[in-house]
Amino acid sequence: MPTAGPRSGDAIFANVERVNAELFTLTYGAIVRQLLTDLEEVEEVNKQLDQMGYNIGTRLIDEFLAKANISRCVDFKETAEMIAKVGFKMFLGVTASVTNWDIEGTCCNMVLEENPLVDFVELPDTCQGLYYCNVLCGVIRGALEMVSMKTEVTWVRDVLRGDDSYELQVKLLKQVPQEYPYKDDE
Amino acid sequence: MQFFGGSDVSPSPPAPTAGGHNANVMYMFNRNGVCLFYREWNRPLRTLNPQQDHKLMFGLLFSLKSLTAKMDPTGADKRNLGVPQLPGQGCSFHSFRTNTYKLSFMESPSGIKIILVTHPRTGDLREALKYIYSLYVEYVAKNPLYDPGTPIRCDLFNTNLDLYVRSIS
Repeated sequence: MPTAGPRSGDAIFANVERVNAELFTLTYGAIVRQLLTDLEEVEEVNKQLDQMGYNIGTRLIDEFLAKANISRCVDFKETAEMIAKVGFKMFLGVTASVTNWDIEGTCCNMVLEENPLVDFVELPDTCQGLYYCNVLCGVIRGALEMVSMKTEVTWVRDVLRGDDSYELQVKLLKQVPQEYPYKDDE
Repeated sequence: MQFFGGSDVSPSPPAPTAGGHNANVMYMFNRNGVCLFYREWNRPLRTLNPQQDHKLMFGLLFSLKSLTAKMDPTGADKRNLGVPQLPGQGCSFHSFRTNTYKLSFMESPSGIKIILVTHPRTGDLREALKYIYSLYVEYVAKNPLYDPGTPIRCDLFNTNLDLYVRSIS
């Protein structure tokens, strides 16, 4: 039986259950507000958002692989394209574009055209160091770690901080192949 | 000891149970070798205790996967046997069949391995395994009370899996 190839982001997005965008935006906003109240320090909130994203990413990867019918990506360039074109589309309904590859092919930038997390949001002066969408960095880092890639994901440009677009930098630190987990004498 | 004249000669394969389940045994492992799920519908012979059985199964599949990838005649990479593989390299085996059972295997890129042992005349179960993977996603990965990396204890997953396995031919 021939196996179907990977499905495009649009096809999957049309088939998954969707939630109201405003509900999503407002819920995320409520989470960030609560974190700011509980933790008070902007750096702590950034770290916590990243950790939350990491936990989401480790579960999200299975859903992504199951729905998108992807077999392994051959190299990091293909991985980045998958995340930008299929991943973002499937889960957020937006596409991203991949730019700025470095020479070895281990570091790239992803530019988000729209960002549903930040509709209606303005950062007050008391929160100027906050990376409001840091959860997205954690999600990508968590998901890639489950497919044996250790990465570092950071925000390069953020509209809420005054830039003109949302741009993430994804850097591959190393690939960690699966080791046999049991010791031979056990 | 019996002398086998052909592939269909005894011992005859176990018939589907009265319960109507067409699979015998199912295992699920994660990338660290933790047995997430074990279910048997029809297993007359048990020789090892469960921990040894799971380790044996995981070890067998890990080695088989490594071996089949290294023996791939179309692959350009010629590294030594025993060197751990990076994701994206090598082919993957999907089943083996003996005269008493067929073992079908699927591994996702995130390391979730699903193994189904069925009667030997079963057809290609790759689509069935993909469906079981999507059941795992729906009832286990998305379950906030489930802790990733621990054995699965989700009733909904068990029920839906049983229902689906009945329909595999």
